[in-house]
Amino acid sequence: MADGAVKIEGAHKSVFKDKVMEILPDGGNLNSCLTCGACASGCPATGMDNMDPRKFLRMAALGMDDEILDSNWPWFCTMCMRCIYVCPMQINIPQLVFNARRLTPREERPKGILGSCDQAIKIDTCSAMGCSAEDFEFVVGDILEEIVDEQVGWGEDERNLQAPIDKQGAKYFLNQNSREPMIEPEEMAPLWKILNIAGVDWTYGSKGWAAENYCLFMADDEGWEHLTRTSAAKADELGCEVFLNTE
Amino acid sequence: MKKFNIEHKFEVKSIYTEYARWIREGRLPVNSDWNKELGIKFTVQDPCQIIRKTFGDPAAEDLRFVVESVVGKENFIDMYPNKSNNFCCGGGGGFLQSGYKEERLEYGRIKDEQIQATGATYCITGCHNCHAQCHELSEHYGGGYHVVHLWTLIALSLGVLGENERVHLGPDLQEVLLPELKE
Repeated sequence: MADGAVKIEGAHKSVFKDKVMEILPDGGNLNSCLTCGACASGCPATGMDNMDPRKFLRMAALGMDDEILDSNWPWFCTMCMRCIYVCPMQINIPQLVFNARRLTPREERPKGILGSCDQAIKIDTCSAMGCSAEDFEFVVGDILEEIVDEQVGWGEDERNLQAPIDKQGAKYFLNQNSREPMIEPEEMAPLWKILNIAGVDWTYGSKGWAAENYCLFMADDEGWEHLTRTSAAKADELGCEVFLNTE
Repeated sequence: MKKFNIEHKFEVKSIYTEYARWIREGRLPVNSDWNKELGIKFTVQDPCQIIRKTFGDPAAEDLRFVVESVVGKENFIDMYPNKSNNFCCGGGGGFLQSGYKEERLEYGRIKDEQIQATGATYCITGCHNCHAQCHELSEHYGGGYHVVHLWTLIALSLGVLGENERVHLGPDLQEVLLPELKE
């Protein structure tokens, strides 16, 4: 990439940077970087692919759009926002990275993320692992039955452990990462027991219960919005007061 | 939701602050007596999404309140830096699914060093990406620490954590406060 000093020939103008600046929230400006390096010094991705957040921003500022397009670094940055958190000028480097991911044509973005995003869009549970509403209901019912049958104290005339789906008017709408119903279903039980003991009125939704959102990581705004809307609509339809993020 | 102007009637909350509230209100009778003699040490990974990116340090304080209530104040060792200044573990942003495994483990090196520096036997993660990544870091770099969900420890402390709900716990916690099984 940029070995040694970068020589700028003529007046380069970054189309990429200006485009990102147009959509930054709160009047964010990518030109006010003080080059202090606070971002780079606290970034776990510094040095990977011969890149760091400051360098990435400087390259955008210098109009090195082609080099940015060629770099894999936007996929090594997790957009964790530690850089903007420590930045004295609140420069939104993660947003720059998000948009750099979008420079890669959709079908050429990392297959794993693409597959998970596409899977989630296809199914109204929003599960990136393709867990359907029927599968989810079956697994939840199965685990619940197992606990009530095998462990002391959870039966109807005792603590009455429940794991409701689509309970109208419940106070809390819970999401759940697909990994539980698909890989480790017994990991759902501790949470149900805690909610039961605390006397919490809660429900899962038959739609939009999946907590993961790979479309966001894909920089697929349309998919991201669809998944968020599906979950929000279900929680509102059930009249839940609180959307409880269990992650 | 703000990004897409999605209208909604509900409020979005993190489960950490709710756990903390339920404990403060006496609705979750947790305690750390089980760990008084055992003295097993725990650290906690602040998830970027919940702490730095959404709810900030108050949620991080609640998370610590819950952890300390459950494992004992003297058995909790914070990593440094922490809370909103914490480092991402490398499991976020789609890294786990992107196929760049070598880079992801390299990214996580600093997280692994942070966890190992606490000397804790267990790293508590609330987020699934963190859980998967930290678990892999422990194996890859040989730290040998266990990585557990927060709900596992709350349920353990309440005496309701079933035998088959302990897959992420080490041998030292397999028998502790095991609930009764039906005959």
